[in-house]
Amino acid sequence: MSVVAVLAVAPALPLHSAGKYVAGAYIVFVAILLIYVGIMATRLSRTERELTELRRDLEAQRATRDSNREREPVA
Amino acid sequence: MTTYGRGLRGLSLATAATITAALALTFFYAPLDANQGFIQKIFYIHVPLAITALCGFVFGGVLGAIYLRTGDRKWDIRSYVAIHMALIFGIGTLFTGTIWAKASWGHWWVWSDPTLTSFLIVMLLFATYQPLRFSIEDPERQSRYAAVFAVVAGAFVPLNFIAVRAAQQYVHPRVLTLTGGNLPGSMRLTFLVSLVGIALLYVTLWKYEMAAKATRMQVRALRRMLLGEDSVAPLRRSAAPS
Amino acid sequence: MKTALTVLRKDLLLELRGFETLPAMVLFAIVTFVIFHFGLNQDTIDGQLAAGVLTVTLLFAALLGINRLFVAEREQGGFDAFLLAPVDRSALLVAKASALFVFLVVLEVIAVPAFGLLLLGPSLGPPLLGLIAVLLLGDVALAVIGTLVSAIAVQTRARDLIGPIIGLPLLLPALIGMARGLGPLLAMHGSTSPPGRWVAILALYDVVFALLSYAVFDFLLED
Repeated sequence: MSVVAVLAVAPALPLHSAGKYVAGAYIVFVAILLIYVGIMATRLSRTERELTELRRDLEAQRATRDSNREREPVA
Repeated sequence: MTTYGRGLRGLSLATAATITAALALTFFYAPLDANQGFIQKIFYIHVPLAITALCGFVFGGVLGAIYLRTGDRKWDIRSYVAIHMALIFGIGTLFTGTIWAKASWGHWWVWSDPTLTSFLIVMLLFATYQPLRFSIEDPERQSRYAAVFAVVAGAFVPLNFIAVRAAQQYVHPRVLTLTGGNLPGSMRLTFLVSLVGIALLYVTLWKYEMAAKATRMQVRALRRMLLGEDSVAPLRRSAAPS
Repeated sequence: MKTALTVLRKDLLLELRGFETLPAMVLFAIVTFVIFHFGLNQDTIDGQLAAGVLTVTLLFAALLGINRLFVAEREQGGFDAFLLAPVDRSALLVAKASALFVFLVVLEVIAVPAFGLLLLGPSLGPPLLGLIAVLLLGDVALAVIGTLVSAIAVQTRARDLIGPIIGLPLLLPALIGMARGLGPLLAMHGSTSPPGRWVAILALYDVVFALLSYAVFDFLLED
């Protein structure tokens, strides 16, 4: 089953005025999709930022805890 | 703890492949329609979007019903995301629908098409979902009321379709009865592939959104666990369940 | 059942003693007919136009009643009292919907003859039974959805706004059914029986949403 045979009977793309409406419809679809991807990208970078903050805060807390322990006299 | 990211890559690849195939079929394989010509090609993106959106609303209603039954908040989040996604797909439907109407009949809006009208009514209803959630502050009550709404609105979708279809005059050509039985084989194949592609897209985006939400919640929970209650900034009041 | 009847009796007595909601609804309907006379610039209307005017007027008058349905319960702790009582919670839905239904019937008893007097061309006599049938079915839809939506809205912050914007789209199939059912009845030499298709759609709508509301109402009352 060849793609060539299929393409041979397929109509050539008509380039009259109707084309711009069809293009418009598909462009709307793609645009909505890409806007969504953009929003997700923003969310992802925010989550990354929150994770780095968490890690930084955690390490800061560990550091203070360790330094507190050092200052206490060992019985 | 469900991980939504699992299987997401395979699903996305399947979606991309199917949609690419659908686009190829639309523009290289499906024959030109006798009445509408090239404009009819919009049908292959518009109708799958519409069907997926309507099914998404019903899906959201089912998830809401499960939440009411189990009380487990994760079902409410799933219901919210399902309805949110269906709304986006619905907006896509309305846009492509008006473009199609303008192209084939010269008007941006036609009341005589029952499907477009009943779809508008469904969208008007679900557009109130987020304002409703936003106006209830208590999170548990918000989830519960939203679920009740989702169930009632989900049941509304088929009923509305029947009523509006009965109301329309049969004078204008029934554009969307093409999905009925009289599609020639090549068109039907193209349509089915498009439908599967858009449906897969919906599921992929749903999982994607759930994964993003779950991740954010996990980060907050982790922060709360490790650093104590006060280090977590309270979330602003929002329509989305957290 | 007994609970529902008790609460219904309470609501009807409250309305009888301090006429608040019902007179407002009736007055609103009659003023709206006058507005339509001027807005449409017609002395008499008939047919589908008349059916549409009547349906829309009844709808907006119903919204007045719907907005006030649960306000007393919210402000005076009626919800809590009801929750504490060992009764079936859906009885509140039945009671409130019945009260709203009664209000709508009383509204129509006054407003429909007024409509016949003020705006309607053909006489109300011949199609009366069909008219009553369609209006009653429409009232059930308005009562059920109105109660559901009112119960949701009363707990939100934007009380008066949320009710109509959720309720109106939900009611659309019933309103279509009501208006299209009344159309042939109010036509100049119209039929005396309503079109079967619309009566069927109204009845289907009523049954589905009555059952659905009964099923979900419990969840709205939990605390």
